[in-house]
Amino acid sequence: MTTVNLKVKRYDPETKESRYQEYSIDVDENAALLDAIIAVREYQDPTLAVRCSCRSAICGSCGMRVNGHARLACKTKLAEIAPNGETVTVEPMGNMKPIKDLVTDMTAFWDKVKQIQPWLRAQQPPPDHEHIAKPDAMMDLAGTMNCIMCGCCVSDCASLEVDQNFIGPAALAKAYRFVGDPRETEQARDDRLKELSKYGGVWDCTHCFECVQVCPKDVAPMDRILDLRRTAMEAGYQDNYGAKHSNSFAKSVKNSGWLNEARVAVESFGVDDVSAQLKMLPTGVRALLRGKMPPLLHHKRPGSEHVKRIFQEMEND
Amino acid sequence: MRYAYYPGCVAQGGAPELFQAMKLVGERLGFSLEHLKEAACTGAGVLQERDPELGDALNARTFAMAERRGLPIMTICSTCQGVMSQANHRLTKDANYREFINQYLKPEGLEYQGDVEIKHFMWVLVEDYGLDRLKEQVKRPLTGVALAPFYGCYVLRPTSQLGYDEHPERGTYLEQIITALGGVAVDFEGKSRCCGFPILTMNRDNSLKMAGKHLLDAKGQGADVMVTPCPLCHLNLDGQQPEAEKILKTQINLPVIHLPQMVGLALGLEPRAVGLNRHITSARRFAAKVPA
Ligand code: FES
Repeated sequence: MTTVNLKVKRYDPETKESRYQEYSIDVDENAALLDAIIAVREYQDPTLAVRCSCRSAICGSCGMRVNGHARLACKTKLAEIAPNGETVTVEPMGNMKPIKDLVTDMTAFWDKVKQIQPWLRAQQPPPDHEHIAKPDAMMDLAGTMNCIMCGCCVSDCASLEVDQNFIGPAALAKAYRFVGDPRETEQARDDRLKELSKYGGVWDCTHCFECVQVCPKDVAPMDRILDLRRTAMEAGYQDNYGAKHSNSFAKSVKNSGWLNEARVAVESFGVDDVSAQLKMLPTGVRALLRGKMPPLLHHKRPGSEHVKRIFQEMEND
Repeated sequence: MRYAYYPGCVAQGGAPELFQAMKLVGERLGFSLEHLKEAACTGAGVLQERDPELGDALNARTFAMAERRGLPIMTICSTCQGVMSQANHRLTKDANYREFINQYLKPEGLEYQGDVEIKHFMWVLVEDYGLDRLKEQVKRPLTGVALAPFYGCYVLRPTSQLGYDEHPERGTYLEQIITALGGVAVDFEGKSRCCGFPILTMNRDNSLKMAGKHLLDAKGQGADVMVTPCPLCHLNLDGQQPEAEKILKTQINLPVIHLPQMVGLALGLEPRAVGLNRHITSARRFAAKVPA
């Protein structure tokens, strides 16, 4: 047996107030964090609310923040996170409202999953015989199918923290599962990519890797978002700031070997987007006054012809 | 202490003070830095999302240049570090993939064999140079100065590709360096979060809200200054700070400096020499606080 010290953030729905409460409890040396929380509830404080079911990292119920980062409590070994009896801080998941203590309201989470229409829009009327999907194509989707909808990625998403309109990592990874499915019709796939290229969609991900780091099932939602960006651009959805930035960036590196910051800043909006350009203008002026405006005459890197060649060869392959 | 030096695009573009500060600090610490002038941009994650193999080819080319010199690479940019670490992870774990990528390097007479180590200056200071040795070099300790560390996503996540198994404390090096230089490391929630820079041109409001939130958070915890090993974070946290103030409708006024500038000051370099006068949010008050 070993003694575990927990500092739990509790939320009281009646007073609508949060406070931290500390517990100390003896558990087995191999115990998971969830075991300790359940032991507290069973033997010390029956008012402590926690959501859980499978205790085997399958049902996705026990997501919570552990020392600041989202994790499944049942998959978190105490011996790993508190080998020397350190106090473990436990809080409800972020980017969601608490219902009570560690139980959060996942309504917005499910609304977003519904928003991406998580079903196949297969050929109508159905074909005479079954649709054969190649194993390779399905393997590419296997990662996203591992998602257990626990909400850990959403909890720690930096974009959602400032804008609840963002569809978010879980629903976008789910969207990739359908965009990438060979049984989806081309029209349906196109409609999805068009929708996902809008405000709140794939281009609002800030590329912070939080979701990749915390996902307990290695879905790597951010990587799926980047797959969606690429697929959308390939499908021709390029009239948005994200694709413009990407195109300008690639052009700059291809032609000179490195980044032409001043030019990319302008081209990311399009030269004709006057209101966006005006918003960036003060930043440019301030940089100029501090003598740190990137050079307007952008020189090529020595050896940049090889960079260009690599671009060309890979574009053609 | 010889390295193949990869400063990255921003240090050679919009943040010249970083390049300058590293040059002087490198000289003081006795580093021999061989600038890889022919190396291309790492792709900064942007090229990788268009074509992951293209990104890996450009980085393998850089690694091959360092390998030929028999030197590890040193960067001064969290983003460059992360992108290169991720590329190196893919290139070293799969020899077939490396061979595939090497085809594109052949016409230039280059080949990457998978033997290059890539280290941010922050990691070099702790793991190669040593903090005890650094302490001995301090001429002007940052006594009484509260410095808020801001890492940048790419040197923190995903840990599986950034050598955290071998060096589990990499997520605390900034604090360790601050303490070694005599300063006080400010603890605040945003230190390991995203600065918002990657979406500055895509969703400006969200980007600026992120930057502003972390700056205010650090200031609320008593920071005199923020220090970052990432020039891209710096572009948002300092370069866009007046715009973040407008969006959040509040004054922030927290200077943000580069890691080599902080080290340079403690080593006795003059504030102007390390380019402290070149920030958008004035670092004058902070510089005055550093004991002479
Ligand atoms: S209890 Fe089911 S995932 Fe943790």
